[in-house]
Amino acid sequence: MGSYYINRTFFFDVHPPLGKMLIGLAGYLSGYDGTFPFQKPGDRYEQHNYMGMRGFCAFLGSCLVPFAYLTVLELSKSLPAALLTAFILIFDTGCITLSQYILLDPILMFFLMGAVLSMVKSNSCADRPFSASWWFWLSLTGVNLAGATGVKFVGLFVVLLVGLNTIYDLWDLLGNLSLSLVMFGKHLLARVLCLILLPLALYTAMFAVHFTVLNKSGPGDGFFSSAFQSQLIGNNLHNVSVPEHLAYGSVVTMKNLRMAGGYLHSHWHLYPEGIGARQQQVTAYLHKDSNNLWIIKKHDSDTDLSVPSSPVEFVRHGDVIRLEHKETSRNLHSHQHEAPLTRKHFQVTGYGINGTGDSNDFWRIEVVGRKTGKLIKVLRSQVRLTHVATGCILGSSGKTLPKWGWEQVEVTCTPYLKETPNSLWNFEDHINPKLPNISLDVLKPSFAEILLESHMVMIRGLRFSGVNETDYRVYLLGNPVIWWLNLVTIGLYLLITVSTAVALKRGVQLTSELKELSRVVLRGGGQITLGWLLHYLPFFMMGRVLYFHHYFPAMLFSSMLTGITWDTLLKFCAAFLSPSTTARKVYGGGFLALVLLIMYSFYLFHPLSYGMIGPMASDPSSPMAGLRWMDSWEF
Amino acid sequence: MLGFLKKPVVVTAEINMNLVALTVMGLISRLWGLSYPRAVVFDEVYYGQFVSLYMKRIFFVDDSGPPFGHMLLALGGYLGGFDGNFLWNRIGAEYSMNVPVWSLRLLPALAGALCVPLAYQILVELQFSHCAALGAALLILLENSLITQSRFMLLESVLIFFILLAVLSYLKFYNLQRHSSFSGSWWFWLLLTGVACSCAVGVKYMGLFTYMLLLAIAGLHFWHMIGDQNLSNVSLMCHFLARGLALIIIPVAMYLSFFYVHLTLLYRSGPHDQIMTSAFQASLEGGLARITQGQPLEVAYGSQITLRNVLGKPMQCWLHSHTNTYPIRYENGRGSSHQQQVTCYPFKDVNNWWIVKDPGMQQLVVSNPPRPVRHGHIVQLVHGITTRYLNTHDVAAPLSPHSQEVSCYIDYNISMPAQNLWRVEIVNRESDTDVWKTILSEVRFVHVNTSAVLKLSGASLPEWGYRQLEVVGEKLSKGYHQSMMWNVEEHRYGKSQEQKEREVELHSPTQMDISKNLSFMAKFTELQWKILTLKNEDTEHKYSSSALDWITMDTNIAYWLHPTSGAQIHLLGNVVTWASANIAALVYTCLSLWYLVRRRRKIYDMPEDAWQLWVSAGGICVGGWAVNYLPFFLMEKTLFLYHYLPALTFQILLIPIVLQHLSDHLCRSLLLKSMFSALIVAWFSSVYFVYCTFRPVTYGEPSLSVTELKDLRWKDSWNILIRKQ
Repeated sequence: MGSYYINRTFFFDVHPPLGKMLIGLAGYLSGYDGTFPFQKPGDRYEQHNYMGMRGFCAFLGSCLVPFAYLTVLELSKSLPAALLTAFILIFDTGCITLSQYILLDPILMFFLMGAVLSMVKSNSCADRPFSASWWFWLSLTGVNLAGATGVKFVGLFVVLLVGLNTIYDLWDLLGNLSLSLVMFGKHLLARVLCLILLPLALYTAMFAVHFTVLNKSGPGDGFFSSAFQSQLIGNNLHNVSVPEHLAYGSVVTMKNLRMAGGYLHSHWHLYPEGIGARQQQVTAYLHKDSNNLWIIKKHDSDTDLSVPSSPVEFVRHGDVIRLEHKETSRNLHSHQHEAPLTRKHFQVTGYGINGTGDSNDFWRIEVVGRKTGKLIKVLRSQVRLTHVATGCILGSSGKTLPKWGWEQVEVTCTPYLKETPNSLWNFEDHINPKLPNISLDVLKPSFAEILLESHMVMIRGLRFSGVNETDYRVYLLGNPVIWWLNLVTIGLYLLITVSTAVALKRGVQLTSELKELSRVVLRGGGQITLGWLLHYLPFFMMGRVLYFHHYFPAMLFSSMLTGITWDTLLKFCAAFLSPSTTARKVYGGGFLALVLLIMYSFYLFHPLSYGMIGPMASDPSSPMAGLRWMDSWEF
Repeated sequence: MLGFLKKPVVVTAEINMNLVALTVMGLISRLWGLSYPRAVVFDEVYYGQFVSLYMKRIFFVDDSGPPFGHMLLALGGYLGGFDGNFLWNRIGAEYSMNVPVWSLRLLPALAGALCVPLAYQILVELQFSHCAALGAALLILLENSLITQSRFMLLESVLIFFILLAVLSYLKFYNLQRHSSFSGSWWFWLLLTGVACSCAVGVKYMGLFTYMLLLAIAGLHFWHMIGDQNLSNVSLMCHFLARGLALIIIPVAMYLSFFYVHLTLLYRSGPHDQIMTSAFQASLEGGLARITQGQPLEVAYGSQITLRNVLGKPMQCWLHSHTNTYPIRYENGRGSSHQQQVTCYPFKDVNNWWIVKDPGMQQLVVSNPPRPVRHGHIVQLVHGITTRYLNTHDVAAPLSPHSQEVSCYIDYNISMPAQNLWRVEIVNRESDTDVWKTILSEVRFVHVNTSAVLKLSGASLPEWGYRQLEVVGEKLSKGYHQSMMWNVEEHRYGKSQEQKEREVELHSPTQMDISKNLSFMAKFTELQWKILTLKNEDTEHKYSSSALDWITMDTNIAYWLHPTSGAQIHLLGNVVTWASANIAALVYTCLSLWYLVRRRRKIYDMPEDAWQLWVSAGGICVGGWAVNYLPFFLMEKTLFLYHYLPALTFQILLIPIVLQHLSDHLCRSLLLKSMFSALIVAWFSSVYFVYCTFRPVTYGEPSLSVTELKDLRWKDSWNILIRKQ
């Protein structure tokens, strides 16, 4: 992906640009030339200089350990807890693997942990507000938030975490009657400035850089609206001039107005048997192609309008027209057969020979929000095509056709007359030699519009991207001992929290040491658990393809929780046994046992992350055979 | 003992005439002219077919919800003596004489009518004045959309009834809590809460939201009890257990019992059989049971079997082979083995029969005594009609090139040996020596040479394969996916050694004797799972709407249109009520935030108990509105205006709460108070006015003229049907 930045060609991806820009920057600085195709996992890099990019990711990935260490230290004020967390992260094979390659995740996790750390730090600066360090940590939180969101939208969950924490914080301040309302207002303003305005500004700036760097036309053009495309150098809409008003005889392309809507398209292939009438397919196609060209004709006469002598006649709002496909000379046609995928809509086909068809080829053209008789403008008019015979509206359903339709998008005629972008089109290319061309620079969209549109397209993309399963030979498998430890700990933590909370509520008298411990459990552990929940639960509601690596941000939180919980648990145990010397022994022994367990499991599983040699593990002779503990793992 | 001799027996009855009057008015508004129109109205066409199936005791699966609601509707049909003979195919179709329209619509209408006194009671229990309670009840009474929805064979009014009942009984329970814990009425209301909750969930899954809300509120109240130092640990435990029993265990048990009754009532096979597994189908009378009844249970060497894929997607199908071979070259240029095709075929066919053969023996009949096949045994599968062996080898499958081709082996005398040994793995085995059982066992066939697993890929073959489904050998099998599991459906012990005789035998129906029954829990799990996962193709409907349209009521649903005149029925709310409900929710939220912030700064605007009332009333009404409304933004199914009605009911209850609060706490002077009262009266008459205006489209009569209909179209987005002249 970084290649695109170095080549400055425009591309489309479902993630915001920061992560890719950083990789691109690292590549640029280390002398990578942007020529490697990056098509599929397993391709060899050969002579390309990729170490810079990998090194960058690995560096960010290794920053996670000190970040987690500092966070836990800050929350629990306990060195062993922080060490335990750090050990877990150092020895987790999944974390190692993930940060060794050119992926977005190490960058995301870097910013995410950075945000958490600076949030915690600024919380502990709360006793000296408006000091330099307070300002530093608060604004650093904001910077990290912008970074996390700028890499992947998953970063929004950490924004939520920080937001909830801030609200809690402010609520606390509000209840502090020694603080005047003016002071409270200052607190509020400071937070709005650092945690809302600053990240927003950075985020926008990031997109500004993105659009400035990528000013050449590339593979992602078709996803965007006509106006957007006109901004890209090399796109056929860049600086072009076309006739402004639509006339009969013009050759045009029509683009659907839904986000990432395709061009109205047809080709020689017929609908297969059993799917509506066996006529020529009409689809929506995201790429530019000569099969997207249509000729506008009058519905009643078939005179050849391309003869230079004939007078120019403009198409007006409300006219009944016929659209002839340029390559195959068939008319856009619809009838009361059910559409291939959306059963309640009508099928749209190409029909007729050399432009002679029947009355089902007639469409009424209407511009949204205009009166009859007005001319139709290229690019700017939003047009609706109503089928005259059945009264349905031409639209694109957004569903992908199966193999027989070349996986293009279904086009239907919908009988439900609702005003949605699905059933609106605009004319993009317009070729008519008889009309004067005008320049299209008037189209230039504002930066805000570009920003909004690129977000809409990304959000749509998120809902549709489903990548095929691929076989990774470098295995992204966490260290199972650590993962199970984390899992058990979450249960354990819940148990401890509930019992502590109930005990406090029942008014049990605790020693000051225990009070401090329960504060750590409830406040510090609570923050971390909230982070874990925010990064884990939302995935249950997502319809998109989920991969294992989506769990990693949540895993960071659960590792920190493990550190805190075990430390507290051992301290509780020690407190009950005290004052005898066994207390210290239990504490030290337990801690040592955990660390050894983690290190031993890493020794067992380390080949997974550094690459391994030998046959597949299903083969009993492989050294890894004994480690295949669960049937669902693939080595 | 003989106390009545000294003192007369006195029965003192206290009757709240308000309540009685409200109930009567509710009954009149909901029951008046109930059997008009005598035609299928809107979703009656949907629920009606289930009522018919109940009457005929035919099994069905409905993915829209659990069976309790359907059963209630069917109860109405049963009481009215409905025989189930009506074709529910079209909205607007005239009912025939045998359909007891009145009794079919009676239960929803009664439920709708009882919502009116329930609303009154809830406000009283929330400790608001009788005047406010009366207002809430009247608003519910005059809400056109609720009237329309409860006058037909639909489930929303029943759902709302149970939801309100649950809320009311919880409030009663909570108010009793303070002075008489563990008394008779305390138990009664607590248990009723659980029962009403489970009924609400049983009618529609939407009821779950309110159930969760009540659980959360109960949890919160219990949390406060924990902090109460006067209560001993033991009594706390008793309280906890009582709540757990009433609010969790009883609802679960009730929910199970709905399914129990459902499955007991419906014992005949019907149109939805095919969705279920063979074992389930075999438990229904007729259908598959007729075929499988009396089959031998244990599969033995020499058994003749048909193998059904357990997954059942994209459709149920059986392992199949026929004399046609794979084409030498596919369209994309890849080659095949040119051996006999093996497919999965969605219809019953004699070519679905296979014979289980012991690789070590030649015979294809069952020995006496039969030698059963166990988990881990190695078998060959012989296709009954062509006597070829099921085979797989390292050739790419036609449509899934990553998997192996599965064929019936033809010896072309080329260097491609037969590889036809399969290991039987029973997936749902209890021990490693389990016998392979008809219908019950789910089996994987693992190829001995390549360890590929026999799998249905789900793709359908092109012309040359007659569009049957592709079967492949999956090399890297991860986990136990259902597409790799097969079960024996039809089964008999083969008796004929000769091929000719065997063909005759294969064509004849199976017969022998052993019956098998699934336990209730197994049936329940399967049915529940199917209800939750079954997905109807999501359809676009003319009257479907998005959740945002509901607040402003930008949409309506036309329920019925008279075949000749302009009389019609619409789901249309009382505009004034909807608008005021929105305003009330807004005012409540803003005021609460304001109070909260001020309380945080230790400024108290009202006495503590008034604040508690305000919070608890809002918790229930705003909370009820939110939990019944917000989840729809996350749902991807087709949504209709009627989904909003439960949320609306809670929102309407909020109006009098906010009004009373405004009048009590914000109108300081007497003058202001009386002005406010006057305003309320004016507002209330406008509610009544709107109710009267829309009455014709709520009740469907009298029929209106075209101009009158046009006048009713207050919003452009409303779809009022106007007949072209």
